[in-house]
Amino acid sequence: MRAVPVWRTTVDRDRCMGSGVCVALAASLFVLDDERSRAPVEFVAPDETVLDAADSCPARAITVTENGRVIGPRD
Amino acid sequence: MPVPVGDPVAYPFNEAAGLELSARYARAQRADGLERVRLPYGEPAWLVTRYADARLVLGDPRFSRAACTAHDEPREQPGRVTAGIGATDPPDHTRLRGLVAKAFTVQRMERLRPGIRALAEGLAQDMADSGPPADLVESFALPLPVAVICRLLGVPEADRALFRAWSDDAVSSNAAEQVAASMRELSAYMVELIAEHRARPADDLITELIEARDVEERLSEAELVEQCMGLLIAGHEATAMLIPNFVHLLLDRHGGLGWLRDDPDRIPAAVEELLRFVPLRTGALAARWATEDVEVGGVLVRAGEPVMVSVGAANHDARRFTTPDTLDLGREGNRHVAFGHGVHHCVGAPLARLELQEALRALALRMPSLHPAGEVVWKRRSLVRGPHTMSVGW
Ligand code: HEM
Ligand code: SF4
Repeated sequence: MRAVPVWRTTVDRDRCMGSGVCVALAASLFVLDDERSRAPVEFVAPDETVLDAADSCPARAITVTENGRVIGPRD
Repeated sequence: MPVPVGDPVAYPFNEAAGLELSARYARAQRADGLERVRLPYGEPAWLVTRYADARLVLGDPRFSRAACTAHDEPREQPGRVTAGIGATDPPDHTRLRGLVAKAFTVQRMERLRPGIRALAEGLAQDMADSGPPADLVESFALPLPVAVICRLLGVPEADRALFRAWSDDAVSSNAAEQVAASMRELSAYMVELIAEHRARPADDLITELIEARDVEERLSEAELVEQCMGLLIAGHEATAMLIPNFVHLLLDRHGGLGWLRDDPDRIPAAVEELLRFVPLRTGALAARWATEDVEVGGVLVRAGEPVMVSVGAANHDARRFTTPDTLDLGREGNRHVAFGHGVHHCVGAPLARLELQEALRALALRMPSLHPAGEVVWKRRSLVRGPHTMSVGW
């Protein structure tokens, strides 16, 4: 049986400047908490939107990994 | 419960000259619901003044910017200036933003800090060497952000005299024909510049965007031109106005710049507070249209109705900021919305912050005794408020 790939999303809350870009793009994946973002569900099924959010973050505070390999933000 | 609504009131509230925040805003914040406003042109709109409502409207996908193309957009200027990326919604917006977002991240900008520091110090030194008085706008506030955005994009700095008037028209309430003519000229200028970059690629953002178009087909030719124009205008207009605005406030209310020289670690927090404090615009951000019925601040905004957000008012909301009308240069937890919020949050915010910090630092170091040398002459027909000229001595 092949394992379904799982993505892990983390937000570096020290870097986050609360722009709200990620939350506006993907409200199910990010929430603003005390005016900074966090990812309420750490592991998600592969979803392009989470990479878009990581790309769009002005603070580069969002990291997406697949099996420990960084796949977002994309360069 | 629908709130009974009277005739829309005339907007914008703020005077073009000076930096006062109209008292009308505090009244609107305290009143129930939202006010209906009518701008000089376009449809009437709802006006949002409270911080929490501002973040709701700017951050919620049920509000659309792209809808502006199907409406008579409420606006202060007679003509309509295509806003490029600012007039799109996801997924188009995400695609366009992704092309430039990585060029302006905090980390990329930090690498530019030494260069921008040297530039700011050089300009301040030139001003000091040529002797007082000087016009802070012409000799410092304008050349700094213009040089920075020109280098990033790959626009010749020597062309500043050319594009300055076109760019100023984009953020003015000048006659529709004049603004349209300026936008045509700026666009023709950009088309030529893009052709030059196609022939001679360089290490700059115009070249990067051309590659995204020609190799990866991620944007159309029209979008490419618009994106470059937008970055050139947005990349310097606000910063060039905020530098003299900040200096004006510091000289006026804070006894000058000496304390910044003695304690430069306080500069970042001071910049954030100044960003919060200055109501830069005469009016509000570009309208957003509700795509379904949404309750905002106790009012049911109907699908198809436009809402305008005053970030200047939201930044002075007493529900969010203690003593909002006090300039507290060490304010903590200062999450202002001067750069907007949500998907359109200013892509250049990390660059703007860096330039504002380095501008204050250079002035404080090279001319700590900076003081006014005459009355500030304010811009008159600009939607972005600030000095037209500001004579200073040292
Ligand atoms: C201190 C100076 C600046 C201020 C106060 C400022 C403010 C803002 C605000 C409030 C918005 C959101 C508009 C809206 O939601 O309707 C915005 C968007 C934008 N800003 Fe800035 N800005 C500044 C400097 C810059 C710089 C230096 C750049 C250059 C790269 C820039 C580029 C942009 C762009 C391209 C957008 C549109 C973003 C989008 O629609 O996704 N700005 N800015
Ligand atoms: S996009 Fe980045 S900076 Fe903005 S709220 Fe999300 S994590 Fe924070």
